[in-house]
Amino acid sequence: MNVQMEGSQAVAEILACCRPEVIAAYPISPQTHIVERLSAKVARGEIGRCQFVNVESEFAALSVLIGASASGARTYTATSSQGLLFMAEAVYNAAGLGLPIVMTIANRAVGAPINIWNDHSDSMALRDAGWIQLFAEHNQEAIDLHIQAFRLAEALSCPVMVCMDGYVLTHASEPVDLPDAAHVDAYLPPYQPVQLLDPNDPVSIGAMVGPDAFAEVKYLAHHQHLRALDLIPELTQAFEQHFHRQSGGLCSPYRMEGADIAVIAMGSVIGTIKDVVDELRRASIPVGCIKIGCYRPFPMLQLRGLLEGVSRVIVVEKDLAVGVGGIVSADVQRTLSGRQIPVHTVIAGLGGRSISTSSLKQMILEARAERLTEPYFLDLNKTVIEQELARRRDIRRAGPVAEHILRTMNVMGTKVS
Amino acid sequence: MVTAAELLAVAAFSDGKYAQAFPSFGSERMGAPVMAFCRIDDTTIRTRDAVTCPDVVIVQDATLLHQVDLFAGLTLRGFVLINSTRSLNALHLEEFLSALPVGHVCAFPASDLGLKYLKRPLANAPLLGGFAALTGLIRLASVESAIRQRFPGEIGEANVASVREAYDHVTALTAEQQGILRR
Repeated sequence: MNVQMEGSQAVAEILACCRPEVIAAYPISPQTHIVERLSAKVARGEIGRCQFVNVESEFAALSVLIGASASGARTYTATSSQGLLFMAEAVYNAAGLGLPIVMTIANRAVGAPINIWNDHSDSMALRDAGWIQLFAEHNQEAIDLHIQAFRLAEALSCPVMVCMDGYVLTHASEPVDLPDAAHVDAYLPPYQPVQLLDPNDPVSIGAMVGPDAFAEVKYLAHHQHLRALDLIPELTQAFEQHFHRQSGGLCSPYRMEGADIAVIAMGSVIGTIKDVVDELRRASIPVGCIKIGCYRPFPMLQLRGLLEGVSRVIVVEKDLAVGVGGIVSADVQRTLSGRQIPVHTVIAGLGGRSISTSSLKQMILEARAERLTEPYFLDLNKTVIEQELARRRDIRRAGPVAEHILRTMNVMGTKVS
Repeated sequence: MVTAAELLAVAAFSDGKYAQAFPSFGSERMGAPVMAFCRIDDTTIRTRDAVTCPDVVIVQDATLLHQVDLFAGLTLRGFVLINSTRSLNALHLEEFLSALPVGHVCAFPASDLGLKYLKRPLANAPLLGGFAALTGLIRLASVESAIRQRFPGEIGEANVASVREAYDHVTALTAEQQGILRR
């Protein structure tokens, strides 16, 4: 059914069709609308025998799901930012135990300074915890990825995060095609656990593993991720046959035919980049774009294939490894090891700053002219930075950075735009 | 405001157009300034860029007029719709907005219409009716169906009544403006 709907509401609707049996969640913006709607649906009895557990923290939310998943339930939660960090220990545990939990990350910056807006700092902080991480370009893809996520998680017995940009997608009203439950059922079979806490057939899950076997257990987790690289294209193909649209996948090219420059990114900024690519192509600049749809495992082989013939790569990423630069760029550089082509890191959209078509266009032209600094911070206000650096050089007790910068820029911390 | 942008998107959707609505959140308290945006197009909307050059600006709270540059980036043939009991002249906007085409600017008491029909000064629905009348970008019937879909029953009908009066009111006001010009 085609409807115009807020992203979070659409995700909640599709989640109901995926027939979760236990949902445990703790509210945090911008994830809240998803679990609010789900809790209302559970209360109305619209999700079968699903139980919604109100918990006291994100740590508890995921811990409840670890128990529920181990006892054979299809499980779901959603979180953002500090919420994800607060559940970090359980995030590693869910992956280490091989439990196919699906979690939506409504991507949001991580403080301090406190900031509720979108970037990818939260899911990036846990990129190596052993979860598969899928990124949605728009709300249609966000809902489709949730259907695929359960099937993928359960096929591999490995947890999956579906990352969708907070506010930009979660709070955006867009047209989406919502499949009905019967249609989803035909794609997503009931959960068949590979390990189960069952009083009639007792096992223990969560053994202590010493130096003699720890590496082997970890290697097998790595192996599952490598299997995901084969399985994801199969699942997306099956999805396309069943739902008659392309959604998800490891990485997807856009106008890469004859492209000299490839712009690589993840999430909702891909839409803006596609518009920029069209504009530059009209001006005969051979640029294309590649969406990384699956960030963990990282689709090196597929990406390398798509980048053949390209002489310059620009990675636009909504995160920052402080003291290093780009995070996705490092994966792309590793992908291209042995090939002598420039890989530019562009840090953009931190803390919800809008990524404008004009800034992206200008940046691509600058990269082409070899004029980008590395890493390049899109739309960075250098005057403010220089003032603050000078002030801190001159005054020992310079005080808090964030407060001073806000004062210099004469904005409230809560400016409307 | 956020709801108004969403309802506008739903109305545009039922008109067969593509729409994208999104809010810009600030501090989480009642009364804090908030902006919400809506893009309407005949093709799929891909960009997530901020709206910096709007074709239409709806001002729900006229006390913001002299605090924030609400009309920054407004396109040359743009529209402005203001919720106020005061006239454009009394708001000191007549001259400022005179560069826009005649019949593209309108101030009307949307909150009063909310009070009349909903017993609360809710300006959203009347402003959407005003938007349909002022711009012709969405059909009145689509606004009504978007509202009924979101608020079924009595509340929806009261909202629809306020939309209709707002539509007629703004239609009359803009006709008057154009009439003045013709004379």
